[in-house]
Amino acid sequence: MDWKALAAPRVLAVATAVVLTTALTLVFFYAPLEAEQGFLQKIFYVHVPLAIVSLCGFVAGGILAIAHLRTGDSRWDVRSYVAIHMSLIFGLATLITGSIWAKGSWGHWWVWNEPTLVSFLIVFLLYATYQPLRFAIEDPERQARYASVFAITAGAFVPMNFIAVRLSSAYVHPRVLGATGNLPGAMELTFAISLAAIALLYLTLCSLELHTKRARAQLRALRRRVEERTGAPARAPARSAAPSLPLPPRTVGTITSMRNHPGREA
Amino acid sequence: MKRTVGALLRKEMLVELRTLESVPGMSLFSLTTFVIFHFALNRNSIDGDLAAGILWVTLLFAAMLGINRLFVADSEEGALDGFLLAPVDRSALLAAKVLALLAYLVVLELVAVPAFALLLLGPSLGPGLGGLVAVLALGDIGVAVIGTLVSALAVRTRARDLLGPLLALPLLVPVVIAGARASSPLLALHSSGTPAGRWLLTLALYDLLFGLIAYALFDFLVED
Amino acid sequence: MRALELEELARNHGERRVLSGVSLTLEAGETLVVFGPNGAGKTTLLRVLATLLRPHGGSVQVLGRTLPHEGWAVRGRVGMLAHEPMLYRELSARENLLYHARLHGLTRARVNELLDRVGIGDRADDPLRTLSRGMVQRVAIARTVLHDPELLLLDEPYAHLDPAARELVDPLLCAGAPTSAGGRRTRVISSHDPTGGLQEADLVLGLRAGRVAVLRERASVRSSELVELYR
Repeated sequence: MDWKALAAPRVLAVATAVVLTTALTLVFFYAPLEAEQGFLQKIFYVHVPLAIVSLCGFVAGGILAIAHLRTGDSRWDVRSYVAIHMSLIFGLATLITGSIWAKGSWGHWWVWNEPTLVSFLIVFLLYATYQPLRFAIEDPERQARYASVFAITAGAFVPMNFIAVRLSSAYVHPRVLGATGNLPGAMELTFAISLAAIALLYLTLCSLELHTKRARAQLRALRRRVEERTGAPARAPARSAAPSLPLPPRTVGTITSMRNHPGREA
Repeated sequence: MKRTVGALLRKEMLVELRTLESVPGMSLFSLTTFVIFHFALNRNSIDGDLAAGILWVTLLFAAMLGINRLFVADSEEGALDGFLLAPVDRSALLAAKVLALLAYLVVLELVAVPAFALLLLGPSLGPGLGGLVAVLALGDIGVAVIGTLVSALAVRTRARDLLGPLLALPLLVPVVIAGARASSPLLALHSSGTPAGRWLLTLALYDLLFGLIAYALFDFLVED
Repeated sequence: MRALELEELARNHGERRVLSGVSLTLEAGETLVVFGPNGAGKTTLLRVLATLLRPHGGSVQVLGRTLPHEGWAVRGRVGMLAHEPMLYRELSARENLLYHARLHGLTRARVNELLDRVGIGDRADDPLRTLSRGMVQRVAIARTVLHDPELLLLDEPYAHLDPAARELVDPLLCAGAPTSAGGRRTRVISSHDPTGGLQEADLVLGLRAGRVAVLRERASVRSSELVELYR
């Protein structure tokens, strides 16, 4: 099995499209209407998978950061960045869909009684500082290293946070937006397919972003080669929060007279 | 290792005594905040949940002041390099900074808690005091560990005073949850005096988890 | 044992190569003087040798140990004097040196000895922020040699020093001093002074834009050649 080929954006995109269509069909035509909440309940099939995928993405970002710190290879840092960045977007979607669901079920745009949603808000607020942190460090190597330290700390924080928030509300209010266990068969199937669809969507978008970065890196390498040939002055790279894939470092200017013998000449 | 931590701690305390940067500011901030809360809430006395919440929020925000200043003296004049050149274990720096921040927090609480009891708290602090001390102790360890880690992260960035609190506050939410929930019955009108074991356990777990993480990751923050 | 063995040392800052292809050897007891304009990589080179920066390419051996993996073994044997004094301004000279002494496991007597030798005896208990830059430099020099290092890394050591002060500290930084490990002290000095700096050197290194432009024994180098580096 050629895993690399499977991870190509095109393959993933097709797979995502197929599974997503299946999921949507199931959600609208197959899954039964829930007794209490009616049609609005179907947002559950989007909201919960978004939450699960987003959280897994954050933890994955932490694991990729561990690989970065252990190997020093900055490609792991780029993967970690993409994972966290994408999870942040999916996290925002989680909060929005959760809010819509809460409004529909309870009439309020936000409910504190739903511990998962609340934990999510905290996690989101934490990871929202990831990019400002990166942007505030100019040295790219240190930026990557510090970002990895953050990603690992935040990754460990995610489960700890959920435990704490769960504990704080368990004995006070019952769960509002419905549990995800004990679903009847039809709902379970729909949920499983939806989860697969959202997961595939996440992987596709990550793969696309990584490929874009690769292409951009190659473009930069070519541009630099042209600059070196024509002797154009080097442009300092703009400050950025996003890491770029490593290029072979440039030689600054040209050396006209050079005595470069290792050891010595008397 | 113990000798190194001792040398580092001694230096920390000397610098703090000379500059008085952290502790007086933190203490004064907490007192002022209590006064502001009095006017903002328009209450003469509070108890239970409200009291626990206000105490913990005030202590946390005062801690942010100390966290912001923790590595500043070392980042000036290349002083940290002096430590990095010594043939010692880098983890000693982490231990020393955590202990220093812990010391600042204890002094802060020695000022803030009595002031709180005096200015805002309705019921008497007596019966709940022992339990409160235990909760504060465990909470302080968590704040000290996370505070040191975040301070080391933020000190070499451009927006260090802003990033410190932004990073630390979400990370400390579990401490606030467990701390406030545990303190609430202790500050209530008829307090039993013993904090719920569940919250103490949560705090201990948090302290252990992030203590280990800080120990594992600290070297990556100080070395180049 | 050679004091320094560098082979194709490289250090990057993002995409920019700060040091590239630096290779040289230095025997124990010799002095290497590094020349070059600002931004040539002199300070970076010294910081790599001090184990403060990790090499990004090539191999580095300091006092027989490979960096970065064996950096811990080198630390107690190297003394570095940088642009920044590496001291706490709010503490006194004595307190600063006692702090470093404790880190290195040295005695109070040693601290007092050095305080006298750099001529800070009477102001030793005043906070550093009340001392002049020249006096702070002297305290920094005391800090550098406190643990009697085998290898000295000096980044423009005589900056901020008047001639009298310079006379005081010279014996502390000079090449001939025997070390506790036996043998003579090795030195790497970064200098902006093509004529004066040249006198101290056994081996001369000229850096430009991170690359080696000159690497020869002192006898065969003329100061005019070094001035060329700055054009």
